[in-house]
Parts: sequence; C-alpha cells; structure tokens
Amino acid sequence: MSLFEHLVIFPILIPFFVAVVLLFPHLSNCLSKQRVISITAHVALVVVAFVLLFKVEGQGIQVYALGDWSAPFGIVLVADMFSVLMVCLSAVLGLAITLYATAGEDKTGAFFHPLIMFQLMGINGAFLTGDAFNLFVFFEVLLIASYALMIHGGGKQRTQANIHYVFLNLIGSSLFLFALGTLYGTLGTLNFADMADRIPLLSSNELLIAKAGALLLLAVFGLKAGMLPLHFWLPKAYSTTSTPVAALFAIMTKVGIYSIWRVHGVMFGDQAGGLANIALPWLWPIALLTIVVGAIAILASQNLRVLCSNLVIVSVGTLLVAISVNTVQATSAGIYYLIHSTIACAAMFLLTGLIQQQRGQAEDRFVAARAMPQAGILGFIFVLLAIALIGMPPLSGFVGKALILQSVTEASQAIWVFPIVLGGGLIALIALSRAGTSLFWRTSGENKGALKGHPSQYLAIGLLVAILPLLVIFGGTVNDYTQLAAEQLKSGLSLQQLNEVAK
Amino acid sequence: MELVYAICVGFMSACGIFLMLRGHTFTLVIGLTLLSYAVNLFLFASGGLTIGAPAVLNSSENYADPLPQALVLTAIVIGFAMTAFAVILAMRGRADLGSDHVDGTEAFDPLSEEKS
Repeated sequence: MSLFEHLVIFPILIPFFVAVVLLFPHLSNCLSKQRVISITAHVALVVVAFVLLFKVEGQGIQVYALGDWSAPFGIVLVADMFSVLMVCLSAVLGLAITLYATAGEDKTGAFFHPLIMFQLMGINGAFLTGDAFNLFVFFEVLLIASYALMIHGGGKQRTQANIHYVFLNLIGSSLFLFALGTLYGTLGTLNFADMADRIPLLSSNELLIAKAGALLLLAVFGLKAGMLPLHFWLPKAYSTTSTPVAALFAIMTKVGIYSIWRVHGVMFGDQAGGLANIALPWLWPIALLTIVVGAIAILASQNLRVLCSNLVIVSVGTLLVAISVNTVQATSAGIYYLIHSTIACAAMFLLTGLIQQQRGQAEDRFVAARAMPQAGILGFIFVLLAIALIGMPPLSGFVGKALILQSVTEASQAIWVFPIVLGGGLIALIALSRAGTSLFWRTSGENKGALKGHPSQYLAIGLLVAILPLLVIFGGTVNDYTQLAAEQLKSGLSLQQLNEVAK
Repeated sequence: MELVYAICVGFMSACGIFLMLRGHTFTLVIGLTLLSYAVNLFLFASGGLTIGAPAVLNSSENYADPLPQALVLTAIVIGFAMTAFAVILAMRGRADLGSDHVDGTEAFDPLSEEKS
C-alpha cells in the first residue's frame, strides 16, 4: 500500500502529530519555532486537502477503513466531494488565521498553535467520519480545543462568555449521547451508511423512538450551528474572543450545518421510508425565523464584532433554507453559499481585529474617534467584504444568494423565501453602511500612536478576500463541482456501496 | 429489571436537569455530572439488558452486545475530562467575576428572597 492510499486520514493525522510535537519542551517555550512549524503544517494541510479533493473528483468517493475492519464493525472515514470541500475550506481558513495570529496574538496566552491544530483535527475529523459515534468523539475534540481557545488571552468578558459556551455545549454533548443511544437501540448500528439502510425497515413501534432520537440530534446540531432558539450564546461568544479564534469559529457553525445536512437531509431524507424528511417541518420555519431574528439583531448591533456575529446567524438561516428546500439544485446552491459565507465572515472578523487595534480606546464601537492611520486600505477591504456579505454583485455573495433564490421554485415557498432573504440583504446593507460611515468618516484628528497592521495580518486577510472574486471568476467550475457534490450527497451511500469502494 | 433501570435513569436525569436550571456554576457542575451518569447508564442499556452473558464471542452460547460497553467507556472518559475542565472554568469564573452565578452577577432569585 502506498502512502497515497492513506491520503484520507492525513487531514486528521497531520494536525494531531504537529500539535503533539508542538507541546514538546523545547518547542513549547519557543514561539518563533512554533510559528515556523505551525505555518509549514498548515501549508502541508492545504496541499493534502486539495490533492484529496482532486483525487475524489477524479476517482469518486474514497473510503478508508481504520485498521482494515470492514464497515459496520469497524470505523470508516468517508471522503466524498462535499466533505473534502469542507476539509479544504477549514485548511485554508486555518492557514489564514495562523498567519494573522503570528503578528502577535499568539503571544497573549499559552499553547495557541497546538490548540489550533487540535481544533483543526476535530473539525476535519467531523467532516470525514462515516460513523455517528466517531462524529461525537470528533465533536468533543473540536469543542475542548475551542473551550480553551475561546478564553485565550483571558479577561472578565471572555471568562463569562466562555462559561455560557462551555456549559451549553456540555449539555449538548449529553443530549448527543442520549440521541446516539436511542438510535443504536432501534437501529443496532451507528455507521451512517448502515443506519441509512436500516431506517426504512423499522417497525412501527420503533419508528417513534427513532424519530425522538433523530430530532434530539437536530437540537444538538442546531446548538452548534446557532439556529434560532439555540443561538443566544453565539454573538457573545464570537464577539468577546480573540480575533483569530473568532475567525476560526466561522467554520464551527458550519460543522453543525454540515451534520444537519448529512443526517437530516440525507439519512432521514427522501429514502427514509416512514421517517422521510422528519426534520423538514421544523427546519423550514426555523430557517426563516433565524434570518429574521438575525437581521433584527444586525440593526441593533453597537459594534462591528457583534454585527459580524449576527451576520453569521443570518448566513446560518440562509443555509438552513437551502437544506429545507431539499432539492439537488438547492443543495448545490447551499454548498456554494457555504463556501462564500465562511470565507467572507472569517475575513470580516480578521479585519475587525485590525480596525480595533488602530482605533485605540474606541475599539470597534460605532462612535466618533480619532482616525485610523491605515484607514485607506482598511476601508477598501471593508467595502469589498461588505459587498460580499450583503450579497451585491460582483462578488460571490451575490452569486450564492442568486443560486439559492433560483433553486426555490415552488410558489408557496418562494413567497416566504424571497422577501426574507432579500430583506435580510437590505438590512445588512443599511447596517454595514452605517458601520462603515461611523468607523471611517466620523473622525477627529489622527490616532498616531496606534499599532499599524503587520504584513502577515494583511497577507492573511488578502488570502481570504482573494478567494471571493475567484469564486465568481471560476463560478462555472465551482458550480459544476457543487452540483456533483450535491448529487452525490443526495443519492446517499448504502453499506454495500461503501464496502465495494473500500476494497 | 428494565422498569427499575429506566426509573433510575429517568430520576437521575430529572435531578440533573433540575440542578442545571439553578444558574450557579456549582449546581451546574453537579447537575452535569448527574446527567452524564444518567447518559452513561442509558447508553449501556441501549444494546439491551442481559444478565450473566459475557461480551466476548465464542465463550458462551448467549452474549451481551459489546458495542454499548465500548461506547460507555469512551463516553465516561470524555465526560470525565469535560467535567474537570468545567470545574476549573467555574473556579476561574468565581475568581474573575466575583460570583459563581453563570451571568457573573446575581440575578433576582425568588428562592433566596423567601429565606431573608
């Protein structure tokens, strides 16, 4: 067996080993060595992720049976087009935030780089796993790393937000286990492919129990994704934590969305017999209400970071709309929008960090303050990102939203989706214009003593911002890819197919 | 046996949820611990309850489902680590915020009002 055949597990192994190496005594005390190793590892991760992407695109789904135990008995990793795309996204994001953090934010607390690595290991694992209990384990890996990262740098605000975040997620984890126990009790397996095969065969009295388990899972994933009644922790957590961590968290909500897609969109999707599409009646109103509540919160935001956090909530709502429309077309559009919104939100968080740094005491609040020394370049990036986040042409936000709206074909759905999604865009336009005016124009004098942005910080933001026009220029290619990914996702994977691929 | 087992799990979850609704980090940690005990028992029972049956193949005619036992073991380890983290965080919160209320400051509490 060549090394190339083990490619699927590399996005999990690389961060794991690098994190452990970074904890060795000689390295854990030397930040400059840590930075070099960490950035090298991130570049390697990006390369591996994209090689895997091309491999999956060329050769179809890759299945990796850990220890060569075949599927329902052993744990498998499944790399299909959607999961590999998510791994690429997290690798690019990881590289950008590490570049940003090397400018100084990694100094404010211990073990920044190893924790980021553990976090990426958990995120990649959650995307690649083909087993429900393994998904739980990787959720815990990414959560415990995020608990520590969130409080990185310390401070009262962070401690308090972290208490909410940690305890809510611990309760979420207990519910996750209850749900898994319920599903195992009825289905007798936790392998995704095997579960999907057995769900249509459930007897009528097992059906209710399995339904309870499935909807409990929806609550758990919804908590991670920040969907409506479970989103209250999100703005506070994202707006108090340090800048690079907030940017990395942009993909954390997407882990929840991804799991909802995989479990409720496909496993309990069209082919689930008596339990077909059980989550949809819940997801549909929740998706629309998430956008509405997020948009209202955008209007009420008093500083840029809270505004960004609320933009994350609106994007979660938009993605939930794509899930609940439940067609291949909508799924494809949703995947496109998912790439765009992750990158754009992360870039906005990083930019907010620079703005905060240059405005001194006013930080990122919408009040009059002394002008930023590098207002020109920051303002330019702000406008670009605002255009992307609102969903105006020519950047990828427009394409993403247009694709989602185009995929809503039924009139009864369209009369709800169009006004709410477009209204959300209008509100984002108003709020971001107000934010831009007060941050860049309501100034008196210049804040000369302010710390200027480090080149690596600009490089990190530039890396993310450059992806947005690329998503439009290569829109056809990306769209073809998401179309295939959506078809692959929707057609599902039976245990037999899984084992054939594994051979 | 199933009934007693179910009542135990249910009662423990109920106690855990009650304690978690109290809004102080100390009761929250105790509540979470109870809930994780309950969930461990629940997972253990998810493969069906059998008595006197080993979880190893070929050693007896009837055997217990080994998978839930492996799941419980993983869940216990993870739950233990998470509880340890939560305790440390609760202490940090008590030191930083000067109160063990989850919001940092004491909110209106009808129960403590009655006592005074």
